[in-house]
Amino acid sequence: MAEPIFTLHNVGVDVPERTLLADISFTVAPGEFVTIGGPSGSGKSTLLRVLATLLTPTSGTIMYNGQPQASYEKTAYRREVSYCYQQPSLFGETVWDNLAFPFQIRHVDISEERMTQALASVQLPAAMLHQPITDLSGGEKQRVALIRNLLFTPKVLLLDEITTGLDAVTKEAVHDVIANLNRQGLTMIAVTHDEVELAAADRLLTIEDGRLAVAV
Amino acid sequence: MTQLVVTPTALLFAVALVAIALVISLKEKIGLEKDLIVGVIRAVIQLTVVGYVLTYIIKVNQHWLTLLMVAIIVLNAAWNARGRAQGIPHAFAISLLAITAATGVTIVLLVLAGAIAFVPSQIVPISGMIASNAMVAIGLAYRSMNSQFHDQRQALLERLSLGATKYQTAIAVVREAIRTGMSPTIDSAKTVGLVSLPGMMSGLIFAGVDPTKAIMYQIMVTFMLMAATSLGSTIACYLAYGQFFNADLQLRTFR
Repeated sequence: MAEPIFTLHNVGVDVPERTLLADISFTVAPGEFVTIGGPSGSGKSTLLRVLATLLTPTSGTIMYNGQPQASYEKTAYRREVSYCYQQPSLFGETVWDNLAFPFQIRHVDISEERMTQALASVQLPAAMLHQPITDLSGGEKQRVALIRNLLFTPKVLLLDEITTGLDAVTKEAVHDVIANLNRQGLTMIAVTHDEVELAAADRLLTIEDGRLAVAV
Repeated sequence: MTQLVVTPTALLFAVALVAIALVISLKEKIGLEKDLIVGVIRAVIQLTVVGYVLTYIIKVNQHWLTLLMVAIIVLNAAWNARGRAQGIPHAFAISLLAITAATGVTIVLLVLAGAIAFVPSQIVPISGMIASNAMVAIGLAYRSMNSQFHDQRQALLERLSLGATKYQTAIAVVREAIRTGMSPTIDSAKTVGLVSLPGMMSGLIFAGVDPTKAIMYQIMVTFMLMAATSLGSTIACYLAYGQFFNADLQLRTFR
């Protein structure tokens, strides 16, 4: 078996008077699709945020590609390990502002062609590129946010209930994108209650009360 | 020229004007009575002390004493700006640096251009004007930064999660904060002479100076304040935005 892309050992997150995560240990193989389930408030999103370095664990170790997660430069790491929020917030004025951002932060020439291709991949029209973000529906916003993470293909995609609240058509479009990326060898860790995603996954981890309950 | 003298009796009558404000505050239950009284007492004490100090400094006319007075003004302005920072770490040091730079650069340019002379009667009041405007601008910029980092938290978090640096994450916030800090100066520059007759010009006219000459000075002051507030709020914002992030490039909360 290939060396794990993630190795977590006794990872915990304590905040004043509360333990959000405790003794979390598991590994994720490259290209694996892992889902994380469990009741709301159990620590699923916290775990994803820890993997994304958006939250620093207070105990335990996380290895990414054989190196301590903490040793990576944060911006480089986050461009490889991309975190998608449950209720994303688009910024700026238009869809263009959002899709230009990944180019801008990498100091790469902005390619509208790549932007429109990305829009097409989630079944959004090219004309949407210059639409104000206030005109977009919830499903459209979620898809724009998703392709904002995918314009420069990451190595790991962390999905935090991104299909929750989407209509059936949008959900299917997002599922297709996810399945396609997984086929291309992208590692995915998704917090989800969605049956299609659960069925597509290689493994389900369950978190209850901040602890790993079942590893199937 | 008419001799300008405010007698103690005239000042006492002026206190009656404060009484009007007090009565309104009491009747309307605004709750500002304590602040009004403290304000009046402080104004009387501070201005009296400053009056004697200025008289002495102008009489002695020593560079080091003039600079000391400027330093005290700048320190006080920085301390006040810090008070508006709502917990931004190192706000005093940042404000001090920003106000010192804004005041220093503006004064040096004005002296080099020959617009003012390096004498206490000109340097001290001009420094006070610059430092107080820079202080207000920086205070507004801090408040704008704080509220943006609070209100736009989700969008900022998303920029971070996409792999943006501190600068790439915060630049839009920084620009808006600088705009907010500068807006009173720009607004007053637009309406100067139409709405307000600013203090310096009014004072000169009051003292009998030809209005056209007073206006020349006012134009200089207007430009000087634009330079000082833009310099002050830009330096303060660029130094302060980093304080909203921790060492792990995550958003800090300190409100």
